[in-house]
Amino acid sequence: MIWNRKAECMSAEEKEELQLRKLQEVVKRAYENVNYYKKRFNEVNVHPDDVNTLDDLKKLPFTTKADLRDAYPFGMFAVPKEEIVEVHTTSGTTGKPTVSGYTLKDLDIWGEVMARALSMAGAGKKDLIQNCYGYGLFTGGLGVHYGAQKIGATVIPISAGNTQRQIQIMQDFSSTILTCTPSYALYLAEVLQNQGVEPEKISLKAGVFGAEMWTEEMREEIENRFNLSALNVYGLTEIIGPGVAQECAEKSGLHIFDDHFYPEIIDIENLKPLPPGEKGELVLTTLTREGMPIIRFRTRDITTLRPAKCECGRTHVKMDRITGRSDDMLKIRGVIVFPSQIERALLNIKGLEPHYQIIVTRPHHLDELEVQVEASKHLFSDEVKHVEEVKKNLEDHIHDEIGLRVNVTLVEPQSLPRSDGKAVRVIDRRNL
Amino acid sequence: MKLKQISVFLENRKGRLWKALNILSEAKINIRALSIADTSEFGILRMIVPQPEKATKILEDNNFVVKINDVIAVGVLDEPGGLDRILGILNKSDINVEYLYAFVEKRGEQATVVLRTEDIDAGIKALTDGGITILSSEEVYNL
Repeated sequence: MIWNRKAECMSAEEKEELQLRKLQEVVKRAYENVNYYKKRFNEVNVHPDDVNTLDDLKKLPFTTKADLRDAYPFGMFAVPKEEIVEVHTTSGTTGKPTVSGYTLKDLDIWGEVMARALSMAGAGKKDLIQNCYGYGLFTGGLGVHYGAQKIGATVIPISAGNTQRQIQIMQDFSSTILTCTPSYALYLAEVLQNQGVEPEKISLKAGVFGAEMWTEEMREEIENRFNLSALNVYGLTEIIGPGVAQECAEKSGLHIFDDHFYPEIIDIENLKPLPPGEKGELVLTTLTREGMPIIRFRTRDITTLRPAKCECGRTHVKMDRITGRSDDMLKIRGVIVFPSQIERALLNIKGLEPHYQIIVTRPHHLDELEVQVEASKHLFSDEVKHVEEVKKNLEDHIHDEIGLRVNVTLVEPQSLPRSDGKAVRVIDRRNL
Repeated sequence: MKLKQISVFLENRKGRLWKALNILSEAKINIRALSIADTSEFGILRMIVPQPEKATKILEDNNFVVKINDVIAVGVLDEPGGLDRILGILNKSDINVEYLYAFVEKRGEQATVVLRTEDIDAGIKALTDGGITILSSEEVYNL
């Protein structure tokens, strides 16, 4: 279902015209109302009047998380404080939190893009959306909430955690759409299975999963366990929250709502823009936001833009699922490794439980990578040589994927930490 | 006659062997025979118990990974050369032994050997043809 056909299926010419007009407006507003932008623009000698084409965007300086942190708490606001009706912050997983402020109109835009996103998952008035993203300063909970209400669906604001209640409500209310992190979805599936809940008691038809990196293999796992359609949602607090991009039923990339958020891909080494189809860091500019316009924000997320037409009819440019982050990528003995690669390798093994942990150490001046994987009935045997073969097979799969030898350790089931939110996949003990 | 053996995956961590055995003890399951295969990273605890299904369920409920598989039990005289005869037969028939463990009965006249050959059926046939008596599950449980 397409929520806003006019915006989502706009012609290329119409969109470019709209994007340029909005870009010129937002750059001007940012320059005139936020000291940070005025200072940065002046430093590199550019002025809002220099933006005459979409391509001119590249003349403007980037905004980084550090810049937003320096402006803590309200330094990036472009409207008087009384116009701000809501604030959110990042979780601070990578340091001090950054603040995001919204005007009434910004909240309306947020609801609009999330309504588009949830509609892609088939949400309508009759649906019950079990929203297990955290409510509060985190944007996940309220973002989904606003979108669900705009559609007129029933939102169950259960928030994160309390797994027993999640499972109870899921059955009693017959929730049809689940929104949470993919690792939590897997955890819920596991608990349901352990408690012997029959699949017929679950009415979920779709899931909107995001807020952490995941893989195609994990999607299959979630879909098989829940018998639902698992879709990827993307967003970040600095830009608006969830609802920057969302996968349609084609499941071949996420549509960026590019009438509100203008995407670029840059080379992570020289920071120059890359043409569509090339992999690099996603940079986003908010085209319509009032409270806190963001110009060329470096997301650190690695992806590729795919402008080709989508079967679903939408003309929003697509991006690949996030395959890594330019700042949490691991460098192991000089080789770039993304945890998602290791996950992909592991999930190719039949019978493997999707619970793993990556431990990086440097025992003798050389990086060592240990991957702990939970043993399952499938992997285990009464014979030592078979268990060792399984271990070697896992090591070979990972080697093929990342080009490095790692040590796989089988651990007992349920021994790796589970989380209600972002799963802790990497433990780096190198103190780099 | 095949005998059911249960195998338990043990992480090489303090207290894990105790934990597995404690669970069986709490459930009043008597272990007839056991052996442990250990490597630097993990161990495999193999056991003969009278109710393998029940033991498996209890261990699995406590998050252990458990497998049930077939082994062969034979009785040999508790005297020099007892085991030699059995292995001689298998060797002659070109049958690989993956592992074995033995325990002595209370009366002390006979020992029971638990054998895992690569091919269980071939192992049983070779031993039977060689005049060795294969013990039934009941016989092993009631020793």
